[in-house]
Amino acid sequence: MASEKIDVRYVAKLARIALSEEEAVRFGKQLGDLLEHVNVLSELDTASVPATAQVVESRNVERGDDVTPCLDRETVLAMAPQRQGAFFRVPKIIAES
Amino acid sequence: MNELVTRSAAQIARDVNGKRVSAREITAAVLQRVDETDDRLGCYLSRLNELALDCAQRADRRIAAGETLPLAGVPIAIKDNMCLRGTRTTAGSKILENWIAPYTATAVQLILDAGGIPIGKANLDEFAMGSSCENSALGVTRNPYDLSRVPGGSSGGPAAAVASFQAAIGLGSDTGGSIREPGAFCNVVGFKPTYGRVSRYGLIAFASSLDQIGPLTRTVEDAALAYDVMAGHDPSDSTSINRAVEPAANALREDLKGLRIGVVKEFATAKLGPEIDALYKRAYRELADLGADVVDISLPTADYGLATYYLIAPAECSSNLARFDGVRYGLRVEGDDVGQMYERTRAAGFGPEVKRRILIGTYALSSGYYDAYYVKAQKARTMFAQDFRRAFEHCDLIAAPAASSPAFEFNAKSDPYSMYMMDYYTIPMSLAGLPALSVPCGYAGTPQLPMGLQLAAPLFEEAKLLGAAHAYERATEYASKAALAV
Amino acid sequence: MTVKTKYEAVIGIECHVELKTRSKMFCGCANEFGGEPNTKVCPVCLALPGALPVANKEAIEHMIRAGLAFGATIPAFSKFDRKNYFYPDMPKDYQISQYDMPLTLGGSVGYWLEDGTLKECRLTRIHLEEDTGKSMHAGGGDGRIAGSAYSLIDFNRAGVPLMECVSEPDLTSAQEAVGYLEALKRTFVQLGVSDVKMEEGSLRCDANVSIRPAGSMKLGTKAEIKNMNSFRSVLRAIESEITRQIDVLESGGRVVQETRGWDEAQGVTHSMRSKEEAHDYRYFPDPDLVPMEIDPALVERLKATIPALPHDRFVRYHREYGLDPKQATQLVDNLPLAEYFDACVSASGNAQLSTNFVLGDLSRLANETGTPVYASPVTSASLAELIGLVEAKAITSKTAKELLERMWAGEGSPKAIVEKEGLAQTSDAGEIERFVAEVLAANEKAAADYKAGKTNILGFLIGQVMKASRGKANPALAEELLRKKLE
Repeated sequence: MASEKIDVRYVAKLARIALSEEEAVRFGKQLGDLLEHVNVLSELDTASVPATAQVVESRNVERGDDVTPCLDRETVLAMAPQRQGAFFRVPKIIAES
Repeated sequence: MNELVTRSAAQIARDVNGKRVSAREITAAVLQRVDETDDRLGCYLSRLNELALDCAQRADRRIAAGETLPLAGVPIAIKDNMCLRGTRTTAGSKILENWIAPYTATAVQLILDAGGIPIGKANLDEFAMGSSCENSALGVTRNPYDLSRVPGGSSGGPAAAVASFQAAIGLGSDTGGSIREPGAFCNVVGFKPTYGRVSRYGLIAFASSLDQIGPLTRTVEDAALAYDVMAGHDPSDSTSINRAVEPAANALREDLKGLRIGVVKEFATAKLGPEIDALYKRAYRELADLGADVVDISLPTADYGLATYYLIAPAECSSNLARFDGVRYGLRVEGDDVGQMYERTRAAGFGPEVKRRILIGTYALSSGYYDAYYVKAQKARTMFAQDFRRAFEHCDLIAAPAASSPAFEFNAKSDPYSMYMMDYYTIPMSLAGLPALSVPCGYAGTPQLPMGLQLAAPLFEEAKLLGAAHAYERATEYASKAALAV
Repeated sequence: MTVKTKYEAVIGIECHVELKTRSKMFCGCANEFGGEPNTKVCPVCLALPGALPVANKEAIEHMIRAGLAFGATIPAFSKFDRKNYFYPDMPKDYQISQYDMPLTLGGSVGYWLEDGTLKECRLTRIHLEEDTGKSMHAGGGDGRIAGSAYSLIDFNRAGVPLMECVSEPDLTSAQEAVGYLEALKRTFVQLGVSDVKMEEGSLRCDANVSIRPAGSMKLGTKAEIKNMNSFRSVLRAIESEITRQIDVLESGGRVVQETRGWDEAQGVTHSMRSKEEAHDYRYFPDPDLVPMEIDPALVERLKATIPALPHDRFVRYHREYGLDPKQATQLVDNLPLAEYFDACVSASGNAQLSTNFVLGDLSRLANETGTPVYASPVTSASLAELIGLVEAKAITSKTAKELLERMWAGEGSPKAIVEKEGLAQTSDAGEIERFVAEVLAANEKAAADYKAGKTNILGFLIGQVMKASRGKANPALAEELLRKKLE
């Protein structure tokens, strides 16, 4: 298992959470500590063990292609932090870097 | 205290269906009880007085029209991570502080259709992440047995509400122990059904592959009653189990004859100190006294539960909580561009524990670490399921502690990992998706505070589990020996 | 060797196609283009707290059919994964997609160029995912994202089922890229899995373009071209990008790996920020959905529903029937007409005459009347009957044209009309001689001219005999008898 120090700024950027200096230091340490704890998993020999995504196995859960009622538009837009007419409005989008 | 509020859910339903008392009278009494006690306890984030009285009136009308309702007039505390149309649904978070749900969770709808009366939306650790309710951003909930202590978490609000007679049934959700641990701390029954037994549709997700709704009640009979109403297939939840549900109310028993109950070697309680060790040894003896064959079993992976859980649950939560972005609903903190708006909104909207879990989960899924952390944990999870399958070859049920201590004081667990340790005994069952519950099993510490015995069954064996818990409860009556502070 | 032939292009296409279903991929909201903004949304596609997805069975079956049409492998096991990244028109801030176990793997797309050359492009995979909402960029003047002050979002499209088709880099020119896309389009339309309306954005594509010295096996550095909104812009954008890359190399430069946007107005691609670091999408299996196990019986059942494919039709029409590529394409692109044509060919056994009638007189009549050929009273069986009469020389081609008009007008089967009106071609020499005598008597001047050496007047006289016989006279016999009389 990886043992290098967690790059908390990079992770916070991926998670879109602004961190203060103090938080970056505190979370960095706490996440590092937690990783120490979870590293005990490396003791488990999982070479021949399949991964489990869902513990109660099930397959092919599908719905028929039927149309059902939508939400009322005013209900939808009433939730919007900012709306303009019938649209949700957001600040300018800067292309991903 | 009005005697009406102390009645069990089963008793209320019997009385209301029998027209000996009206749903309206019960509701009025419970609302008054909430008025009298909740300022001190802080169980509810939102009270639903008007809706409660409407529902009571409707229940009375339906009964007058000749219907029989399984939960007629039964007051319900709904953990505030479940949607109820037209009500504020916050998940205990600033990011949803003022969000009004436009739809109702399947489990909640089933409860309401059965005649249940929604008293209020109950407090929880933010997004159900925590074991003390201290992570709620919107309020403090106190333990009814000692107001200086936590009610447990994350379903602390519903647990405390049921314990303090502010509801007969609490709807909780359990991801790693979030029903069972507060159940133990508040001296009530906390029951997590098999993963997928109760629909998650409308339950605000924490960790999708682990989250499960279940009841907190003052009696096992009430837990069975609530379970029978909520369990069953829901086409709106792809992970909902599509198989028949054996009604649990018919399976309640008075003894444990013919049952083998396994005690997990790796869960030795000596490390919890002599008092608690003695308490659990007594509990296992009580099981034997009821006719159970108590046997030793082994869960070799037991010690890896926390590590496994604290990779899987945060990984899923990091993705589940991405939608709280300030675009469509909830809190927004403006920024110069969308990226800045996201970062500020989420920085202001999430509390420290939620941020920690999002960060650790993001890390565990990120490029270069996915196999080492996430996939490794998914494989460890398979080993838990295998261990339990092997263990259940030697026993019908498993007995274990529900928590390693009684309720602790506020701010007692400053280090995140010591808080995570609270779920040590409950997480393995969660990882394997098993039905499990905690039932009151005595008192420990100074002052003497409630403790819970955890019982777990193989997948889908809820009826057997509740049946056995009922026998234990009837024989021991620890809950009714309670000395409530409020 | 010219600069152009010194290099060859290597092109791969990733294209997103919206599936034609009644409801969205994971919820019951209507899958329809347009409509009032934010009216086709529900807790699921708006990603409200607590909402959960349930997969649309029809969309999964569309995917399998699309894969089968291209000879792809349908794996026995498939699953949905979450692709995590933030974007305001993507409600969950992750997209439900397929990472390592897509519904279809491999296969290849046969296509053709304008001159009829047949080509093939291998598919890497086709996977199923969900579409995003639509952002409109405002406050900047021209609707572009760059320079806009804010964006407005409509989530009606969010959650529409989308298939992503990823090709191998088998294409070597802009023409091939367009040929490939056209083949995808016609196949999806004819399978009924998508309407493929580029103007509505139901097909969107990106092209990975690189160049290398002709004959080299080593791949050059690729640029990803975006914002191509029509097949014409695909053609122009790729051509322009190839030229740009050649210019870069010829001037001693180096092509950098980047995303470039196509500027339709200026006819050039421009850099959209280079991809220094790859996105970290943190794919993992979606725990809200369960895996798919594809039953071989289902695959067999779906296989049986796949119609004759456009590419096979083209090959048959062009190579076997000898239609020119344009005619063949015209037929292939009109499925009901192609089916009509096929029925006629199989009933008459005569592809040449079927082509002449279907693409000639019948198409003209269709244009004039506004009734499609296949919906007209001229059934493929009656057309085959007419072709049979022509082949047996029972009627002249002139009569055939006339009959066709009358059949179109609903007068019944050609044989019935012929019998009723005695229109059958006659080779009775005695009968034709009478018409010849009649015509020569009425056209003395023409007969004299012929005898004086103006032999080309014979055609006029034959025409007169045909007219007198109301088209029934066997034209060859009429000519022979005329000559005999005049010489």
